[in-house]
Amino acid sequence: MSEIARLFRAREAGILVMLVLFVAVVSLIQPRFFSTETLRIVLLAVPLILVAAMGQMMVLVARHVDLSIGSILGFSAIAAGMVFRDHPELPLFVGFAVGVLSGAALGFVNGLVVTVFKLPSIIVTLGTLSLYRGLLFILSGSKQIDPNDIPEPLIRMAQTSPIDIPWIVIIAFGVAFATWLFLTYSQIGRQIYAIGSNPVAAPLRGIRVMPVTILVFTLSGALAGLAGLIYAARFGYVNPGITGVGFEFTVIAAVVIGGVSINGGVGSVLGTVLGVLLLGSVQVALPILGVSGFWQNAIYGGIILIALVIDRTVRQGGLRGLLARGGA
Amino acid sequence: MTSIDKNPVAPRVIVREAAAPRPRWQVWLIRPEVVTLLLLVIAAIVATRLSPFFADLGFILESSTYYIEFAIVALVLTIVIISGEIDLSPAAQMALSACLFGTAFKAGAPIPVAMGVSLLSGLVMGAFNGFFVTVLRLPSIIVTIGTLILYRGLAQVLAGDKSISGFPGWFVGIDYRMVGIVPVPVLVFIAASILLGLFLGITIYGRQIYQIGTSEIAAIHAGIRVRRIKMGLFIASGLTSSIAGLMVASRLGSVRYDLATGGELTMVLIVMLGGTYIFGGRGSILGTFLAAWLLVIIATGMTVANIAINAQLTIMGLLLIVSIIATNAIYARSQR
Repeated sequence: MSEIARLFRAREAGILVMLVLFVAVVSLIQPRFFSTETLRIVLLAVPLILVAAMGQMMVLVARHVDLSIGSILGFSAIAAGMVFRDHPELPLFVGFAVGVLSGAALGFVNGLVVTVFKLPSIIVTLGTLSLYRGLLFILSGSKQIDPNDIPEPLIRMAQTSPIDIPWIVIIAFGVAFATWLFLTYSQIGRQIYAIGSNPVAAPLRGIRVMPVTILVFTLSGALAGLAGLIYAARFGYVNPGITGVGFEFTVIAAVVIGGVSINGGVGSVLGTVLGVLLLGSVQVALPILGVSGFWQNAIYGGIILIALVIDRTVRQGGLRGLLARGGA
Repeated sequence: MTSIDKNPVAPRVIVREAAAPRPRWQVWLIRPEVVTLLLLVIAAIVATRLSPFFADLGFILESSTYYIEFAIVALVLTIVIISGEIDLSPAAQMALSACLFGTAFKAGAPIPVAMGVSLLSGLVMGAFNGFFVTVLRLPSIIVTIGTLILYRGLAQVLAGDKSISGFPGWFVGIDYRMVGIVPVPVLVFIAASILLGLFLGITIYGRQIYQIGTSEIAAIHAGIRVRRIKMGLFIASGLTSSIAGLMVASRLGSVRYDLATGGELTMVLIVMLGGTYIFGGRGSILGTFLAAWLLVIIATGMTVANIAINAQLTIMGLLLIVSIIATNAIYARSQR
């Protein structure tokens, strides 16, 4: 197979084609979509999803799923926000540490319950979705963190930086790059793929499935916590009943569109980044096209289903394999 | 498996003592439904001690209607989970079918026609789920997450952020219609429990569903029409969800796109509390029936004790996790 042919068969190429087609079609209908201003808005819209998507991607590659990240995001944002509000004298990084560490702790609990009791992660994290949301209501006393309690430097991170690209964008793509290094060049990173490809064979090859799985959930939680701070920076408030509600579905949509297989073992950082960009473009394009924002969720849901069918088609070797009777 | 071993040496038969059968009382007593029943009795006693309200059956029945709507769908979800699949979209189906009902009514359709539209939409949504699971053979867990977002999103497209109301008086207030001291939704729940319990327990289809959940491959080899049955279950789930959606519309007298938000958790919680095995093949309608009342008593108890609805989420999430851990432990014990 020639290099070019291989390139086109890669999943990332398919997503890239979808992204380019989408931008082209929208730009044809509404020329003002094709501008640096749009690019700026898209880049500002994606960090929140991108950071959490890196965690969710690792969880999916390990053949699990984490439904609790929306609640973890809310919890970490509230925890960090309360530090900012009650102790304004502390430096900014203390709030960051609180947010990321509280997220990591909640993710650790997910991983522990899933691995120790050998339970399906989807049910466990459905439970912790509710559990963590309840805890964050208790922690915050159902009170919102108001805009004037969010420190000025944090807000500015969503607007600018020394090189004119907002800090949160730099952080998000930095996280993506670090995830790529981790998954590609570290031993544990490769083990995550091995576990997801064949959970039965992995321990036979000497992989310690339990600690690696717990680590994956912990990382997912920590990244959701970081996303909580990005939320606070970008929106300038944290509300216990709003922040992060339904966020898990947006992230799962982005990751699945990015070609990460829900059957584990397959998925790349590049694909996920493209998936996030595609989702961000849809989000930005809707109002420009004059489509009601109410369509957003329906479109996300439809995109997930289409991505699932495409994923299935690729694995079954074309349409004929997809509809063939019998088999797995 | 095609090549036959022609080794002339007679295979050595390993004789192993069969494990002694578990005593009859263990088989009957150590099962999740019994635990659910025990918890139900304990919860009832504790609640009656805490507040005299609970001694009044009428009070419990009246305050149960919110959870009973989910419990009715949970009955069907129990069968879906026993068959080895899962459906996370019923709450969104409730919302979309209710919004379709409201939209049809606003467009001038008489109530019975609007109800027909809503029920039909339930069938279609269920068949849509079933199509992805049985024809395209995609895992139901992720398919129904996708359709959950899709159905809820379509409800939002239909209703926007406004609520649709103005239904005629005879349609509104199903939870206030009583037969004796029993509200109509509770009556529906009891009737559905008996019917589905019999279906699962004594019909051939019911037994086949257990077999599918225990080993799908064995079921296929045994000639069971696995795909057809699963398709039927998803359609049943959709139809039941739309009935529950109509009941919510009647109870509230209005519909919104965010109706029954988070209901998937409540439904899965009821099924898991009832001791249905998350990996399929085991479980019972009786367990789900008992679990529904357990949840009603716990939730009503928390409300009487002035625990904020939002803080109740903590308890619900914790209950879900504890109940699957307990159920799994019990089934691990009783494994041959």
